[in-house]
Amino acid sequence: MHSFDLSLEHITKVEGNASLSLKVREGKVTEVKFAITEYKRFFTEAMQGKAPAAIPPHLARICGTCSNAHIICSIEACENALGITPSAQTKLLRALTIHGLIIRDHALHLYLFSLPDIFSKDAFLDLDENNPNEHQILHDGFETKAAGNYLATMVAGRSVHATYPVIGGFLHFPSAEEKIEAIKKLEAIRPAVLRLVEIFKNAPFHFDRQTKYMALVPPDNFGYIYGKITTSKNEVYDESEFRKHLEHVVLPYSQASAYTYEGEGYMVGALARINLAREKLHPKTKESLGEVLKLFPATDIYYNNLAQAIEILHSIDESIEILTNNKFEPEEIIKPAAAESSGAAKELVGIGVIEAPRGTLYHKVVIGTDGKVSAGEVVVPTGQNQINIERDIARLVQSLIDQPDFDPNSIGAKTKINFEIEKLIRAYDPCMSCGTHFLKVEWV
Amino acid sequence: MKQDKPKIKIGWFSFSCCEDNTVVMTEVMNDHWQEWKQIFDFRHVRVLKSNNIFDSFDIAFIEGAVASAEQEARIKEIRAISKKVVAVGSCACLGLPAGQRNTFTEEQKKSIDFLLARFNALAQVKKIADVIKVDVEIPGCPMSPEIFLAKVNSLITEFHA
Repeated sequence: MHSFDLSLEHITKVEGNASLSLKVREGKVTEVKFAITEYKRFFTEAMQGKAPAAIPPHLARICGTCSNAHIICSIEACENALGITPSAQTKLLRALTIHGLIIRDHALHLYLFSLPDIFSKDAFLDLDENNPNEHQILHDGFETKAAGNYLATMVAGRSVHATYPVIGGFLHFPSAEEKIEAIKKLEAIRPAVLRLVEIFKNAPFHFDRQTKYMALVPPDNFGYIYGKITTSKNEVYDESEFRKHLEHVVLPYSQASAYTYEGEGYMVGALARINLAREKLHPKTKESLGEVLKLFPATDIYYNNLAQAIEILHSIDESIEILTNNKFEPEEIIKPAAAESSGAAKELVGIGVIEAPRGTLYHKVVIGTDGKVSAGEVVVPTGQNQINIERDIARLVQSLIDQPDFDPNSIGAKTKINFEIEKLIRAYDPCMSCGTHFLKVEWV
Repeated sequence: MKQDKPKIKIGWFSFSCCEDNTVVMTEVMNDHWQEWKQIFDFRHVRVLKSNNIFDSFDIAFIEGAVASAEQEARIKEIRAISKKVVAVGSCACLGLPAGQRNTFTEEQKKSIDFLLARFNALAQVKKIADVIKVDVEIPGCPMSPEIFLAKVNSLITEFHA
């Protein structure tokens, strides 16, 4: 029977740094440690003493990839603490901010990280420009990313660490010319995204996984900012419950915290959202997808990629509709009733919950009577998927070593295992930068 | 027949940070990938590829601050095999915000000490120039795409001279 250790010091084509160690004894996988190796930067600890207005840009720096999701989530938490209700226009601009992020970030993951696996290439740039199909995909990839980047930059000032969205509104508003340009770019990439959907619908990788799915499901249109936390078993939680339904798990070898739900791993992200809320997608998206949506609800983890491609299409269609039907006029920033500087008579607590590209993101802020932030907490998607990732890797490796012709000493055996593990991890689209910002002292 | 210039060997390394500069680099790539594909050998860029080679670099870009002795040693290795080292972003150039724990109160420091010990973190987070000689700095949180592109183009000109 086989016994060997395997160590992947650096997992590639993912956001941030992660490693993996695995033990096989007598033909059985006995240990898997998926460790997030980014060093803690203590962002929640550093919230203490700051003015609420400083918190969204501060927490954006948890992660360059998901920064605009952290900003919008933090703004929501601070507004809920301060009793601010955003205007209808602000809500639309925030929706567009997240749509820009979804297009840009999913495109980065699908084209640059996951697509090379399908084409048996090491890198997206290794696709052959002289091959008409690969030439098309290369151009599709960068043009789709660029369109998402343009939308995010136009609405939010920057696609990374946005400068326009603030507590109470926006500091800048898209012009009519910019709106026309954004619509043009979004319409131009739509055929590319339909090709992307087709690629991931037909991708040859499958990994069936029975688990609970969890996402913020909006009351009306498919979206990322409002709604109730809903599971695949139809349990529904209000945003204000924060993470009372989740259990925090410390993995001593990892710099990040993990979470379980009712004692079990669960999944958040695009697959969870499409499984739970696909009927709410934009009508044009549904019309274009046709039979593709019948693949959901799915338990195939690789359909997380397909779900991301579907979300890009939805974000394009939704953004075009918002941009076409709305004029954006300068608005005053809404201020809290009780001035921040003087503080309220009692401690204020605010919760923000949104869907970041990789899944449900929770922010909590506590504002003291001096008007300064006294505490905060952040729960990120990757921490919520971490338990499932580890268990899936164990099952994947077990299935590989159970094959009759498997020989751990053969040339390429470990390379194949490494590749299969990385490919599966990439399907989850983890973000390690997000996972390692906070201080946790509780031990399980 | 005119001899093509050798490709410029690129390394891109991330240490303690949010990797915002990596994202900006991949966005700048949207408009420049065809040119970069011709002139760059992306030798060690983990965000782009799996088969990374750590042997020698014409330009090594480093983002992030230095949080552990292990990272410090790796950065020295990068310096030893790189003709030019470019520090990108605020954490690499200034050590902040990744090193914000350097500014914590004594009480805050006490509350995180056990975590620094568990993961062998340095007592003080450092910027890249605290550890090695840096040839070019591109500050910003994240770095500005325009300044990044200008510095990259200037380095291309230097290597192709």
